[in-house]
Amino acid sequence: MASQFDVIILGGGPAGYVAAIRAAQLGLSTAVIEKEKLGGVCVNIGCIPTKALLHSAYIASLLREAKEFGVEAGAVKTDYGVAMQRSRKVSDQNSKGVEFLMKKNKVTVVKGAGVLQAGRKVKVGNDMYEAKKAVLIATGSRVKGLPQIGLEINKTTVISSDEALFLEKAPASMAIIGAGAVGMEFANIFHAFGTKVTLIEALPRILPLEDAEASDTLAKSYKKRGIEVIAGAKVKKGTAAKDKVTLEVEASGATQKIEVATVLMAAGRAVNTENIGLAECGVQVTDRGFIKVDQNLQTTAPGYYAIGDVAGPPMLAHKGMREGVTVAELVAGKKPHPIKYDNVPSVTYCHPEVASIGLTEDQCKERKLDYVAGRFPFSANGRARGTGETEGFVKILRDKKYGEIVGAHIVGGHASEIIHELAVARENEYTVEEVELAIHAHPTMSEAVAQAALDSLGRVVDM
Amino acid sequence: MATNVYMEALSPTMEEGRVVKWHKRDGDPVKTGETLAEVETDKAVMDLVARADGVLRQVAAAEGQTVAVGSVVAVIAAPGEAVGAGPATVPPTTTSGSGKRETGNVATVTAPAPVAVVPAPAAAAADATRVKASPLARRMAKEAGVDLKLVAGSGPGGRVIKKDLERAPSQGTLVASPAGAAVPSPVSRVPFPERSGAPYEDVPLTQIRKTIAKRLAASLGPIPHFFLTTEVDMERASEARDALNKQLGDQGAKVSFNDIIIKATAHALTKHPACNAWFQDDHIRYWHEVHIGVAVAVEDGLITPVIRNAELKSLADIGREAKELAERARNRRLQPNEYTGATFSVSNLGMFDIDQFTAVINPPEAGIIAVGSIVQKAVVVDGQPAVRRRMRITMSCDHRVIDGATGAAFLRTLKQMLENPLAMLL
Repeated sequence: MASQFDVIILGGGPAGYVAAIRAAQLGLSTAVIEKEKLGGVCVNIGCIPTKALLHSAYIASLLREAKEFGVEAGAVKTDYGVAMQRSRKVSDQNSKGVEFLMKKNKVTVVKGAGVLQAGRKVKVGNDMYEAKKAVLIATGSRVKGLPQIGLEINKTTVISSDEALFLEKAPASMAIIGAGAVGMEFANIFHAFGTKVTLIEALPRILPLEDAEASDTLAKSYKKRGIEVIAGAKVKKGTAAKDKVTLEVEASGATQKIEVATVLMAAGRAVNTENIGLAECGVQVTDRGFIKVDQNLQTTAPGYYAIGDVAGPPMLAHKGMREGVTVAELVAGKKPHPIKYDNVPSVTYCHPEVASIGLTEDQCKERKLDYVAGRFPFSANGRARGTGETEGFVKILRDKKYGEIVGAHIVGGHASEIIHELAVARENEYTVEEVELAIHAHPTMSEAVAQAALDSLGRVVDM
Repeated sequence: MATNVYMEALSPTMEEGRVVKWHKRDGDPVKTGETLAEVETDKAVMDLVARADGVLRQVAAAEGQTVAVGSVVAVIAAPGEAVGAGPATVPPTTTSGSGKRETGNVATVTAPAPVAVVPAPAAAAADATRVKASPLARRMAKEAGVDLKLVAGSGPGGRVIKKDLERAPSQGTLVASPAGAAVPSPVSRVPFPERSGAPYEDVPLTQIRKTIAKRLAASLGPIPHFFLTTEVDMERASEARDALNKQLGDQGAKVSFNDIIIKATAHALTKHPACNAWFQDDHIRYWHEVHIGVAVAVEDGLITPVIRNAELKSLADIGREAKELAERARNRRLQPNEYTGATFSVSNLGMFDIDQFTAVINPPEAGIIAVGSIVQKAVVVDGQPAVRRRMRITMSCDHRVIDGATGAAFLRTLKQMLENPLAMLL
């Protein structure tokens, strides 16, 4: 006899646990099946612990500059092991927080690996669970690395973020392959903890998905502080020895040998679609490996939905959370608003932070949009000067005719927080004029947003 | 990029539409603005129009099939573009909610009126009610000259958003004037005293009116009807009609008795504005314009196309327009704005040899006249027996708006107009 629920969610990561809470709020009996810790990659080996480590790195770099601000802290000593332990505590607190939320909302948590069965059922060990309304697949993704370049993750000298988060010591030297959000953040962390970092990106510029100006600013910033940045680079060969790795890297027509203590593979993720009974239930996957879904995120098997990373890119926690809410509401018979996939903010939490929403300037050009770019550098912002965070800018791309904000890019301190003004603006179809009209407190970093909007209108004040 | 073709809400109350006929087949090249299919709504048969150039693909709704508004019924692919095998059938119902990967510019198919127009009386634009619209939509509407009150919003709480305005192909055709759009031929306008401001005046209910409204509504159902009947001598109207039609000769359009009655009613209403009104729960809206609803029997029911500003139109114009509207009503080709917004109605069963009948008021209008057939009768004229053509008119009044004496005064004016058609020239 199977235990019955209205909704069964396979996976307790951001998409799954948020879907569970929303379903429970709507009066549905809900179960979450999780084989590891609640909170998924995000809480345990992703977003949350890296933010804790990045803050440790930030404090280290702040202390190194403290003298300039009239504060002497003596010689700065860093200990990655301590920072790591602290980050683990933060993760555990967050995971416990999710556990608490499950209890508070009367969501049943089943520990174990679930396998989908036909008839909206999920098997965990010998137990069978049956969903009266829907099964939500939220199994997420994992680090895959790039086996095609001949470097398998061996968890000692060739590691992924999964291992990097548990190192007791910062290695003496590290090559990071992939300069997307993960690579950028770890380069920042390990550099601050004294590691000699080489950042290698195959595409012509680091942060390849961001606006080119953001990439350039970060490349300059990293190089200035001593991180070696090699973009447009091809790793031709990798040889892992017992305590070192040798890489042959080809860039700008020349091949160089790089010898490092550790290689961090920061590119490539795979979705967790194996061994969960997809095929047996008629759930198909796309040629890129994601679960095939329709407009309502329903899979090819009626009654089975997919949310989060398995449902397709962008593989971001906040995108999965929104999908979780939407599907929970759909299953409960509500009519949720469509998800605006073109309005998902993207943030890299390196220093300076990079945050963006909408199109990049290159995309505007590709689409032949009639646009105007407005810019404002933090070097002209009073608050930024005060805190010494003058790196970066706010850039707003607006439609020439109506002033619609087609894209916004922020590089600078607290960019991850500032971007939401533009997310709200875009969600509500405010134009640059409404953004500029809203009174911005002085002095704040956010003033740069209003100034960039004004600049796009040809009437910037502070520059 | 392939563009989805959606079942559009072609009328304000439409929830699903039946595909009557596909004008284009799978694989046919289509151009923006071309009719893809005829769709039967709850009110009429309307055209589903292409909003992109390309090739029609993945036709997912068969002729005769009823699909929910918002469903994808086909795809317009760019020439040569490979389109994957999409859903072969349209689900019977769709949640209008979570449109996966829906960006602002996918909704591309719409009614002949490029913007989804909410039928509203000609004067509704002057209504001071707040319109929910995003700043971007406001800017786009202003540029295009679109009245946002006439656009159906698809955002939260019916908010008009960019997508709702993008359905319009270009500026110019965007202008949806509900009064003007309905009339294909230019209408000669008889000079009439200009009025300033709103085309109506809202007068709050007095206590006595409120009590009358409450008590009569309680006693006689939702609309407390009462009826007034009068017999009209149609001798001179007949002579005038004969003379007019002789004058018009072979120009085609003949003036009918009904046209004369519409004209006389409109004229009488300008003299009795108390009868040209809507009951609106807590106030009465007295209209400054006369829009006459003309009941037309159609195959499976009844619809009342509206002759706008009948008080300003010539008999010939009214005749032409009434004929044209009636014909389109029978073919179920009326646009929503052509059958809404009347301020008073006329129902004529004279052609069915009905001497006299009572018509049911079409709310929120406050009155309707029921016209019987014209019959020769022996009557006393100037103290002498004579044979005259006579016609009975029965007015149904909403007692919450019109009292007995008010209705009687209007009816007397109408009778005088018909008995002495020259008075209409005054």
